[in-house]
Amino acid sequence: MEQPFERRVIVSGIGESQIGRRLHRTPLDLTLEASLAAISDAGLTVADIDGLATYPGSLGMGSEAATGPGTPAVQDALRLNLSWHTATSEGPAQVAAVVSACLAVAAGLARHVLIYRTVTESSGQGDGGRKGLGGDGSAQVEGWLQYLVPFGAHSAANWVAQYAQRHFHEFGTTREQLAQVALTGRRNAALNPSAVYRTPLTIDDYITSRMISTPLCLYDCDVPVDGSLAFVVSHVDVAPDLPKPAVRINAVGTAQRGRPSWDQWSDLVTMAGRDAAAHLWTRTDLRPSDVDVAQLYDGFSFLTLMWLEALGFCGRGESGPFLEGGHRIALDGQLPLNTSGGQLSAGRLHGYLQLHEAVVQLRGDAGARQVAGAEVAVAASGGGPLAGVLLLTK
Amino acid sequence: MTDLPVVVPDVTADVLPFWDGAATDRLVIPRCRDCATFVWYPRAMCPECHSVDVAWVEVSGGGTIYSFTISHRAAGAWADHVPYVIAYVELDEGPRVLTNIVGADLDALRIGDPVTPVFHAAGATKVLRFTPASRAGGG
Ligand SMILES: [Zn+2]
Repeated sequence: MEQPFERRVIVSGIGESQIGRRLHRTPLDLTLEASLAAISDAGLTVADIDGLATYPGSLGMGSEAATGPGTPAVQDALRLNLSWHTATSEGPAQVAAVVSACLAVAAGLARHVLIYRTVTESSGQGDGGRKGLGGDGSAQVEGWLQYLVPFGAHSAANWVAQYAQRHFHEFGTTREQLAQVALTGRRNAALNPSAVYRTPLTIDDYITSRMISTPLCLYDCDVPVDGSLAFVVSHVDVAPDLPKPAVRINAVGTAQRGRPSWDQWSDLVTMAGRDAAAHLWTRTDLRPSDVDVAQLYDGFSFLTLMWLEALGFCGRGESGPFLEGGHRIALDGQLPLNTSGGQLSAGRLHGYLQLHEAVVQLRGDAGARQVAGAEVAVAASGGGPLAGVLLLTK
Repeated sequence: MTDLPVVVPDVTADVLPFWDGAATDRLVIPRCRDCATFVWYPRAMCPECHSVDVAWVEVSGGGTIYSFTISHRAAGAWADHVPYVIAYVELDEGPRVLTNIVGADLDALRIGDPVTPVFHAAGATKVLRFTPASRAGGG
């Protein structure tokens, strides 16, 4: 049988910009810092880059604070000569750009693709708090928003919260169980110099924090930051030439088989990750028990529960008991989870923090938070009707 | 009970019967005449059998709370109305709609509670919200 296309692709380089709260640097400035770091990390020069990809692209989802610069801006700033480029907001969640880049490399359209994700949502939100869709609550609305905005459901927190509430109702999941995602993330963030929130967080802090949208409290919501992460994916043939160990892409999961809608999804106790994860496991002989470290999307803590169940680390409805006490997901547990601190503590780098940390762990470069002997990592992105997942190996 | 903010929907011709119904306190949604599927969101073609013989029918408006959240933080006009309830209501006929629950005891609200529709003026039409059935005298 022919190998899946993704086996012909490796992550050859990674780079990060300064990451922090209200840096007041331009999205392009941060992107170039991360991109040059990733290119250098791969042992390449700018002239070697012949592909460029990002999510979601400059027209994808509103302001540049949320989207980062589009590919034309980055291409021009680096004077790249490209054989291929793409940016799209419609695809298997945030890692859509990575999957597309892998397809381009495997198909021979490009040899070294630079991928970046840039956010300046911390500076972008100013002092006015976090804004969601139609946040001013006054404008006329059309399209699918006409079914959300008239009801004050502007924020993804409102959408995720109703999944969480339903999960609590059907399976008896508790806030104390949910809290373990945030508490574990914070413990790991203390060991990550790039994380924005590193001070200890206790269960009392969590339980007594203010509600955002029941049952989600402040610490269930990720923290907007300014920053950029960049990656180079290359053909596997170059693996022996790399200055750092190649990280292999073992499998991708991109399926979406339910209704592509937050509110029309069939049962509200699964998400599109169910389909993407099932798809992933059809493309590999590796099993959930082979995974050494899990970087699961935590734009909201509850999304991580959905990924735990989707990927088969526990059964349907069993993520609450799986998280109980937090020992299974600790750095020395059976499934070290969100070892960078995740988006809840390290910062909302929107699906790419997970991939970055997976590569760092597989390279053995994670310092004080390194999971000993990590050879297989999963990086999952997205929530609700959006999901994309990558399985990576040393 | 303070009235929640109103956002005037941009009524387009393809969904006019829904908004015309709402304007007169009736819930009117499309249903396939060939396979009896209720089509939500409203569309001209049945997603199950691809029939275009889809008709607008009035439904009871009764339903139950499938899930809900109490929003404690909001932007713009909504900021003055927290906490308010956002819910998914499953209509007795099957479709699930996003809405608000008004007039409810927030501490007593539960998934599975029966609700009845209330219509709140929004420009030339009204938006569909719900209230606990017992409170509306419906049981
Ligand atoms: Zn039909």
